[in-house]
Amino acid sequence: MKLTKHFAYFDEGAKKEIRRATLKAVAIPGYQVPFASREVPIGRGWGTGGLQITLSLIGKKDVLKVIDQGSDESVNAVSIKKLVQSTTGVGCTDQTSAATIIQSRHRIPEVPLTKEQVIVLQVPEPEPLRSIEKSEHKTKTLHAEEDYSGAWLQLFEQIMMFGRTTTNANHPVIVNDRYVMAPSPIPRFDNEKLHQSEALILLGAGREKKIYAVPPYTSVRSLAFDDYAFLVENFKGKTCRLCGAEDVFLDELVNETTKETEYQCNDTSYCLERLNNETTEEVGEYV
Amino acid sequence: MFEQPLLQVKNVTKKYGAGCQKCMSYCSTKLIKNYCSTCRTVYACRNVSFDLYTGEILGIVGESGSGKSTLMQCLYFDVEPSSGIMYFDHPGLKEKNLFHLSAQQKRLIRHKKFGMVYQNPIHGLKMHYSAISNIGEKLIAAGDRNVAKMESIGNMLLREVEIPVFRSKEKPLHFSGGMQQRVQIAKALSNNPPILFLDEITTGLDLSVQANVLDLIKNIQMEYGVSMIVVSHDLAVIRMLADRTLVMLDGEVIEEGLTDQILEDPQHLYTQQLVYSLI
Repeated sequence: MKLTKHFAYFDEGAKKEIRRATLKAVAIPGYQVPFASREVPIGRGWGTGGLQITLSLIGKKDVLKVIDQGSDESVNAVSIKKLVQSTTGVGCTDQTSAATIIQSRHRIPEVPLTKEQVIVLQVPEPEPLRSIEKSEHKTKTLHAEEDYSGAWLQLFEQIMMFGRTTTNANHPVIVNDRYVMAPSPIPRFDNEKLHQSEALILLGAGREKKIYAVPPYTSVRSLAFDDYAFLVENFKGKTCRLCGAEDVFLDELVNETTKETEYQCNDTSYCLERLNNETTEEVGEYV
Repeated sequence: MFEQPLLQVKNVTKKYGAGCQKCMSYCSTKLIKNYCSTCRTVYACRNVSFDLYTGEILGIVGESGSGKSTLMQCLYFDVEPSSGIMYFDHPGLKEKNLFHLSAQQKRLIRHKKFGMVYQNPIHGLKMHYSAISNIGEKLIAAGDRNVAKMESIGNMLLREVEIPVFRSKEKPLHFSGGMQQRVQIAKALSNNPPILFLDEITTGLDLSVQANVLDLIKNIQMEYGVSMIVVSHDLAVIRMLADRTLVMLDGEVIEEGLTDQILEDPQHLYTQQLVYSLI
């Protein structure tokens, strides 16, 4: 494909600036690096942070996968894929293991990521202390002085009021025993995939103009009190209605005709891959 | 051998503004009250020095704007003083000027060794978090990570300050002023701090509630042997609580001594005026 404009939409200066912020973020795990969030042809809050990281990172040989809440086919994921493809000409895939860059909204794929891969997460609110402290100046000071009592207080209040922590997604984590970080609204189920991850994890918040990162093989612990352990969503005894998978993050659906609650893999490409493998086993390879 | 003071404060000065040759050199004489008309610097505290001993209650009186609250904020690290020294008699901190410690160390001392009760509970409490969480906050900040332990300490303290346990999970926003003040006291006490700062704690409370709060403070002093600095413009409060008293005017300490002595035989003109204007 012959391009008449800049490779990957941005001018070279913009990409350089984003790469610099990204490098700094990798060097200080969990620290939010401010950057000059550019205009992109999608609205702020629709994944502009992730898109900017992807565009600054992508090379001609890369293979891109974009997911939106586990789905490869949602409008947002498809639009982002189309934009990147039309400005770079790189190939896209649904298969997690085939991708080199995975941009994701609020999920980490079920297939374990490898050290050849980079996952880019879109972040709506990068500041884990924001609901406690409105002022950016003050939250910066709190991070600098390692005062995270606010983040703990939120969990404490939940335990006092409801007998357990009630975070569904975005359960705060502590990275490399230093910075408390918002892991973007991934379900608690995915928090454990951040710990000692083989793949580089980059997080971008376009509206809030912040980039932060978890480098490979870094310790990431979810905040939990001594006597209230961190618990992930429990799908015990439940399986995917399509592929029968266990130990994955399931969506709860109500069957409109039978009015029964059913469960289905949230990660659609993982589900599809399993179904394809099943068919291959039954029918044999099509020659 | 004299007793070693728990807290030594020396020459604490807080000025708002750069200061000029005129007001720096003739500090007190050329000022209009505590304001320099040339460079418009306000001297909120000027060379305040005192010692605080273990188990003692030190009173600070003075009119509005005399620098009482600024002094308290400096001591509790809310505000950074322009100059001054504070020594705290504690292993590892001896001979160290607390004002020169890192912000992180200051925060730890503040959470572990000091307790503060502000005049306005809005400053001391998170109004949208339950009373018990407010107490938990100080324990968490001091490094506690055990919910059951923190909850039992919180409930014990709330009982101590006579807040019924069934209201412990309610927000202080829904409490009366006196109850909010008592939650603040419970919070300040949560880490068994050796030093408590009380800033105008009875102002705005009605008389019977005032009496309750003062009773509580007196009990705490006798039970736990906590040293306290009590700021008030109400001489009755000072008379009831304080062993020794400082009188402040325009940012300066103008008189200090035993509370009885100051109230019965005031030396400074302003103190005389203050004592005799007591209704």
